[in-house]
Amino acid sequence: MILKTLFSQLLTRPPTNRFPAKYMPKSVLGFLGRVKEGKAELVPPVPVPPRFRGKIAYSREKCIGCQLCIRVCPAKVIEFLPEVKKIRMHVARCTFCAQCVDACPVGALSESPEFLLSDTDRRSPALTVE
Amino acid sequence: MAEAQKVYEIPIGPIHPALKEPIRFTFQVEGERIRGVDVRPGFAHRGIEFMGLKRNLIQVLYLSERICGICSISHPIAITLAVERAAGIEVPPRAQYLRVIFSELERIHSHLLWAGVAAHELGFDTLLHLTWKVREEVLDVLEELSGNRIDYSIPIYGGVRRDIAPEQYPKVEAMIRHYRGLLEELLDAFLRDPSVAARTRGVGVLTAEEADSLCAVGPTARASGLAKDVRQDRPYLVYGELGVRAITPRDWGLEPRGDVYDKAVVRLLEIGQSLDLIEKCLHEMPDGEITAFPKIPALLAFLKKAEGEGLGWHEAPRGEVIHYIRLEAGVEEPVAWKVKAPTYSNLMSWVPMFRDQEVADIPIIAASIDPCMCCMDRVHVVQDGSPSTLLKEELLRLSRAKTERVLQGLSRVGGGA
Ligand code: SF4
Ligand code: SF4
Repeated sequence: MILKTLFSQLLTRPPTNRFPAKYMPKSVLGFLGRVKEGKAELVPPVPVPPRFRGKIAYSREKCIGCQLCIRVCPAKVIEFLPEVKKIRMHVARCTFCAQCVDACPVGALSESPEFLLSDTDRRSPALTVE
Repeated sequence: MAEAQKVYEIPIGPIHPALKEPIRFTFQVEGERIRGVDVRPGFAHRGIEFMGLKRNLIQVLYLSERICGICSISHPIAITLAVERAAGIEVPPRAQYLRVIFSELERIHSHLLWAGVAAHELGFDTLLHLTWKVREEVLDVLEELSGNRIDYSIPIYGGVRRDIAPEQYPKVEAMIRHYRGLLEELLDAFLRDPSVAARTRGVGVLTAEEADSLCAVGPTARASGLAKDVRQDRPYLVYGELGVRAITPRDWGLEPRGDVYDKAVVRLLEIGQSLDLIEKCLHEMPDGEITAFPKIPALLAFLKKAEGEGLGWHEAPRGEVIHYIRLEAGVEEPVAWKVKAPTYSNLMSWVPMFRDQEVADIPIIAASIDPCMCCMDRVHVVQDGSPSTLLKEELLRLSRAKTERVLQGLSRVGGGA
């Protein structure tokens, strides 16, 4: 039975998604640079489901500075900016529990489908939401 | 004298390529035979309970989720049950069904993970890749329902955070059908395969008496023939109504022997049981609220006023997990939090299981209880900069002294236990 499965796999596509390219590039950063220049093509990642919990999106206009999100955040992601009564999130610490989204009384926070968040600098703009 | 010299000691761990997590075994071996083993845990102690005492209950919930990545719904279920008992919160019926659905989905992916690991330890990597490939299906469903592949963040005190939408039902049902068809193939590959049987039959035996006296839990105990399952013995959520029955090798038509083969039997059959439970829940689940506290500020305020203690238990994929919590009015943090993970109860079963086995069987026997060290490590004794051992008498004395101290503290604030 297992042999049947194994041989049938010879004829099917591999279940692994070959991200970011069919063959591993020598340098991933170099490859991504070429993708930006339009010289190479990215194999897209597996699509995420509709209510995926990705990087938290923040609407600065809606935020009333109540700090409820800071109270419930288990990972101390969120920093309060007292002068402007707004928040700043350090995504590198985030556990994607989305408890802050549930807690926010004005709906200033939401789950975005974005999940490719690796960076070499945890303070980089890509990892800071404000 | 001449006898004693034939026995050598092999230390394995705390860090060793064959171990997935740090723990130290000291084997006494005579030739290829293991004559005895000393197990020393405590290398992955993270002080989670201590961290919990410095956070409010909502933050503790997500901390508990990170006790174990694989049991990432079992710990939240146990802690929410404990807090709900302590604070007197009623959970709406639909939320109880949803919690059951998520925990059974977790059981499926955890048992498939174990099956893959076991196949790998036996040197059967084809089977590892096959099992882990099919495991993706349930992870996809979990991601669809919860938004996360692991650490689903689903239970909250008073209910759950996400409902299963009508358009998601067909996806779950399709998954159930898919696995029903696959299960036969998996049973075939594991249980009817002569080479798997040759490597696991009679290996790592834990007799029913040993399992009972060492308080083994979960599949480790059930493989020895003990019909022991918290879902059956002390029903919680809606498990009572669903009628869960502990699975033993008898369900596969065999007298339990308590070896590695039987542990595979129990875990694989439990995948089928979980599929049945999920299907039943989907059909029987009533409509209605999914949480008693739709507003987080109201929940925080309620928990702050709550006073009391509570115990929550759950049958995690590896066995019984228990959370104890004590709340005091006016403080947001728990004043006491105690976690007992299943591996803690199963650890001692290794001693009889390793006796008189071959050195080459160490990896599969170690893996057969599906151990999880970092979930279990609660103490690491360090004195004068070096680790030391506390004997039972000394521990008992320390424990009694602490009770005295706690009682004195209680009488000072004027409240009794
Ligand atoms: S998702 Fe969770 S960890 Fe991340 S910012 Fe929100 S509350 Fe904090
Ligand atoms: S909970 Fe919402 S409104 Fe309040 S500080 Fe956070 S983001 Fe702003």
